[in-house]
Amino acid sequence: MSLNDEVELLRQVPIFANIEPAKLKLLAFTSERLTFRKGLDLCVQGDPGDAAFIIIEGEADIIIKMDNGESKTVNKIGKHQIVGEIAILCDVPRTATVRASSDVIVLRISKDLFFRLVGEFPQMAVQILRELAARLENTTTQLAKALGK
Amino acid sequence: MEKSIFKYILRFSSRQQIMLTLMAVLSFPVLYIFYELPKQIINGAIQGDPGTFPQKAELFGINFGFSVGHIQWLIILCVLFLVLVIINQAFKYVINVYKGLTGERMLRRLRYDLYSRVLRFPKGTFKNMSQGEIIPMITAEVEPLGGFIGDAFAQPIFQGGQLLVILGFLFAQNPFMAAAAVALYPIQLYLIPKLQMRVNLLGKERVRRVRTLSDRIGETVQGVEEVHVHDTSRRERAEFSYQLGGIFQVRYKIYRQKFFIKFVNNFIQQLGPFFFYSIGGYLVIKGSLEVGTLMAAIAAHKDLASPWKELLGYYQKQADSKIKYDQVISQFEPVDMIDESAQTEEPKDNNTLSGELSLTNVILNDDQDTPIVDGANIKFSLNESVALVGAPGSGREDLAMLLARVIQPSSGSINLAGNDIANAPESLTGRRMSYVGSGGYVFSSSLADNLYYGLRHKQISENPDQEKAREFQSTITTSEASGNSTDDPNAIWTDYTAAGASDDDSLVEQALRVLEIADLTDDVYQLGLRGTINPESKKQTADLVLEARNKFLEKISNEKDLASLVESFDIKAYNTNATVGENLIFGNPTSDEFDMNHLGNHEYVIKVLDKAGLKAKMLHTGYQVAATMVELFADLPPDHEFFQQFSFISSEELPDFQAILGRVSKDHLDQLKEDEAAKLVGLPFLLVPARHRLGIVTEDFQRDILAARKIFADELPDRLKKDIEFYNSSKYIKGATIQDNILFGKIAYGEAEASDRVGKVLAEVIAEIGLRKAIVSVGLDFNVGISGSRLTLAQRQKLILARSIIKKPDVLIVSDGLSAIETNVVEDIMKKLVNEMSDRCLIWVLPSISQASFFNKIIAMKKGKIIKSGSYEELNSGDGIAKLIEDKNT
Repeated sequence: MSLNDEVELLRQVPIFANIEPAKLKLLAFTSERLTFRKGLDLCVQGDPGDAAFIIIEGEADIIIKMDNGESKTVNKIGKHQIVGEIAILCDVPRTATVRASSDVIVLRISKDLFFRLVGEFPQMAVQILRELAARLENTTTQLAKALGK
Repeated sequence: MEKSIFKYILRFSSRQQIMLTLMAVLSFPVLYIFYELPKQIINGAIQGDPGTFPQKAELFGINFGFSVGHIQWLIILCVLFLVLVIINQAFKYVINVYKGLTGERMLRRLRYDLYSRVLRFPKGTFKNMSQGEIIPMITAEVEPLGGFIGDAFAQPIFQGGQLLVILGFLFAQNPFMAAAAVALYPIQLYLIPKLQMRVNLLGKERVRRVRTLSDRIGETVQGVEEVHVHDTSRRERAEFSYQLGGIFQVRYKIYRQKFFIKFVNNFIQQLGPFFFYSIGGYLVIKGSLEVGTLMAAIAAHKDLASPWKELLGYYQKQADSKIKYDQVISQFEPVDMIDESAQTEEPKDNNTLSGELSLTNVILNDDQDTPIVDGANIKFSLNESVALVGAPGSGREDLAMLLARVIQPSSGSINLAGNDIANAPESLTGRRMSYVGSGGYVFSSSLADNLYYGLRHKQISENPDQEKAREFQSTITTSEASGNSTDDPNAIWTDYTAAGASDDDSLVEQALRVLEIADLTDDVYQLGLRGTINPESKKQTADLVLEARNKFLEKISNEKDLASLVESFDIKAYNTNATVGENLIFGNPTSDEFDMNHLGNHEYVIKVLDKAGLKAKMLHTGYQVAATMVELFADLPPDHEFFQQFSFISSEELPDFQAILGRVSKDHLDQLKEDEAAKLVGLPFLLVPARHRLGIVTEDFQRDILAARKIFADELPDRLKKDIEFYNSSKYIKGATIQDNILFGKIAYGEAEASDRVGKVLAEVIAEIGLRKAIVSVGLDFNVGISGSRLTLAQRQKLILARSIIKKPDVLIVSDGLSAIETNVVEDIMKKLVNEMSDRCLIWVLPSISQASFFNKIIAMKKGKIIKSGSYEELNSGDGIAKLIEDKNT
């Protein structure tokens, strides 16, 4: 897969959808493409966050370690999804462990790079805002549902 | 040391001085004849009456018994003159060389004596005397003394003698004239010393100020971090400038005085002719003096000028040297200097000590006579482990230093197995005891040298390299002539038996054991992996590494999970994790000849591309790379760090490439200028397909590079063969690290946690083959840099501890030398060390009482006093140790 394919792929990730291709190309070029073999952790709950990942291929489990020590898979993510951005956005430790449930190929965007891009391309920040707001809305709905039960 | 320089010279070089004097005296008769002969040539030969020839050959009253003609006589005398010139100059040459030899020998001795004294300084001396003062004294300040020492006696005798000879010659000619020529000398003899005195005082002042200056520079270098942290460079400059100003004033004054002396000297010298012309002229006019006599007097006065001037110069130099010597020597005689015998005395045996370590009324006072350790009375057996506990400032570290004899007590005595350690030789305290404190130091040498430092007390046997040993033997006489050490620093010094080893191999074994205790094994192993070896001299290791290479390859090819971690070098395959350049050369460059960043400019590389039919393709690819880079980076500001991290093209070059791309289109690359084409051809060499994913290094392109790789190797001219080691799976790569030799390939880009996983596999392979020891011993060859700067502080402290363990002391004292190591690691080390020292004595100054239970005996201190001692249970009963040592004032 070459750089141009990666750019195509990035365009399908919502927060990058409206960014001009030339910038996406720079983003792709300056990011690392990594393969996580099945069972390896992309990130571990509690570790400091230093990068976000965009899944190019494969699937990963989002696992949360509960207070009682048990681990629970709370979600699954797949192609074109971004993961790990919360920890780098608000400087908190990783809120969950992300484990490859098949061989996973990702684009690893380091924290520095991510922030520099956000700083340089405000439209990206707006996209992220939008995405986060949507998620918040989603979570709120889920919470309301859960409380209503 | 001798109080004056003349005493020092006489004590150590009287024979040489006598020789020099003799030679000087011997040269006088020749000199006299040399002055006399021209008169004979003029009067006897040139102006001789032709009628008297042939005549008897007679010179200075000696009849040679044959007769000569006029011209013959002239020639004989002239040849004789020539012979005298040669003899005269030969004398000068021999005397000068001998003077140089004597001076250099004495300078060597003086420096050695001073350095020896530094080694004997008590610790306290260094509080008042800095490196910045000591170094220039031994190096620069004594340097001119060497020159003077050669001249010390010979110069006044030679020049004085010369003066007397000429004077004698003059008196023989005309006593009146001779007396007139030297008439003014007494005035000079009276005046010059008076003036010189003032210069001497200024000279002293200058030396003192320069010392402070170098001290200042030393402080700046050591404290440079503080200067930056607090922005005080301006103040430092001001202070330095102020001191330079002081030195300037003194030096300027010296110049004025010196040239004033010169002025006076020259003036008096010139007064001579004044008197000759005036008084002599008057007498000639009056007819009471012949004009010829006057002329002779003037000429004689001129002849005298040179030796006289030399004598006065000698006087000045002598005064200067005296000051320099006095000023240096006075600094090297501190009170309480360690006896010379304490460092030279060898012990009767090397048996381990047994018995007790006891302190009787030991008191240590500080500079203000306040007790720091106050009346310590304690004894414990030499097989106990002892913890010293107390609040900071309780005197625990000072007690440790007293026990280690790093400092001496103000009163009281410390007895180690029947030896009063105040008077014990260092061969006892330095071999049977060891101490790890805050003053530990790592020398700029290899790890091994540092580790074995404590095993090198004396020369054990000769240098195993016999030629070198013989070479050293031949220099011993010169060392002896200067009273220097006759030990060979390159001989074998390491005392294997002291470490419980018998040869290099078992010593490494011991080193490994000790490194393990000091928690340093992994660090050294890592250094070893990144180290290089010479496969010829360490064939065994190299063979094992090759074995590991095969095993590693086997492992990663058999296990699916590991297969993608490393892409091995294969002569028939393109390596997608290596650059295009590396793929082409397929070897390890051993020099700068093949610089990966400038392959596009290398004549041979271009020739190979040409031959492989790749040149046009490379140019085309280069154009593509340039276009991509310009597209990606053109909008970024020139100082953007992406340039450094990711771009093939620096921000300065980017506009050049932009211009090229703008001017020449992709389809008309033939329009490129030669240098532009070279620039573009160089770019693809840096591409790594697995990393850069530009889609440019296609399979076709890879095939072409493989073809070029073969051409490159096959046709490499002989002169370039030494610049490359080609990869060969059965050959050790000399210039590469051990790790790279085992991997024999590239760690894959894009494989998560590749390095960690490779490291694990590597460790497994190494363990299976039994290579770990060899790698650790390669790590021991690692050069630690100036004062160990290439190691972390914790590593340095562990190394200093390991150095103390490996020499197997009977008493090991650990004080505040492990401050940078994590607490849980220190605790780990402590447990291991208590075990290691189970039948010997371990004394540990504990920063925290939580570890006190590891020790047999606890000594609790408070305000310089030992308040309680006993087992952990005894001390911990009641309110507990913490309460016991609590010092409310601190």
